[in-house]
Amino acid sequence: MMDKYQFLITLAVLTFAAGLLGVIVRRNLLVVVMCVEVMLNSVVLAFVTFAARSQTMGGVAMTFFVYVAASCEIALAMAIVVLLVKRRGTLDLAAKYELKG
Amino acid sequence: MNFALIAFFGVLAFVFALLVVSLRQPMRSALALIAHMICLAALFACVGVEVVALFQILIYVGAVMVFMVYVIMLLDDRDASYVHVFSRWSVPGALAIGLVIVGLGMLIAPAPQLPGVVAPAAATSPFSFSAFSLAFMQGYWFHFELATVLLVIAIVAAWTVISERR
Repeated sequence: MMDKYQFLITLAVLTFAAGLLGVIVRRNLLVVVMCVEVMLNSVVLAFVTFAARSQTMGGVAMTFFVYVAASCEIALAMAIVVLLVKRRGTLDLAAKYELKG
Repeated sequence: MNFALIAFFGVLAFVFALLVVSLRQPMRSALALIAHMICLAALFACVGVEVVALFQILIYVGAVMVFMVYVIMLLDDRDASYVHVFSRWSVPGALAIGLVIVGLGMLIAPAPQLPGVVAPAAATSPFSFSAFSLAFMQGYWFHFELATVLLVIAIVAAWTVISERR
């Protein structure tokens, strides 16, 4: 029987893999950005698990900076998404494969 | 009881993560992601790190996801990605993810316990707001200042990217 920390780390691994799978297989740009957020959340879960297990503040401090990085990333990513939609007229990442002369 | 709650919210969080990956409409994926983050906040509270649970709700759900929902409402267009949801890399991607899971599983599985020492629970929570604030003001103040600089850079960069050239 695994303890709660092993369960949480396993959950973090599986959630990270699910997010990475979404980044690879999804065609919608917004969903790909959301799958990146899923991966970031799994990293935060791992940090918190190890911090709670060792009763130290280092992992908790790292989660704060992960939140800062995620906020910066989402601001820039959405600006780039808006520009891409203006230029290409679609959110489909695989659109160029269908445009053949 | 604690482990039952952790297992419940853990399974829910994983289910919502799978829904984020598999749902067709981006708005529904966003709502699944919000539910996933709320389940993670519950997990953080169950292990005693209420500070991070609060930050998860305030910053991630309250700011990041609200921003993303607004962008989805502005940009959501029913283009080809609604008909063909998954790319041609689905099968190789799934195989690669299987290898990633096996690799990460081999990292965490061999030891009967996770490496490191399990510290006994303190009489008072080491993750209180006062302890968190003191740690930032004493040990991580430089990292905190760098983070604020990063935020300013991100704001300036986002404005530069989005502003129209005249």
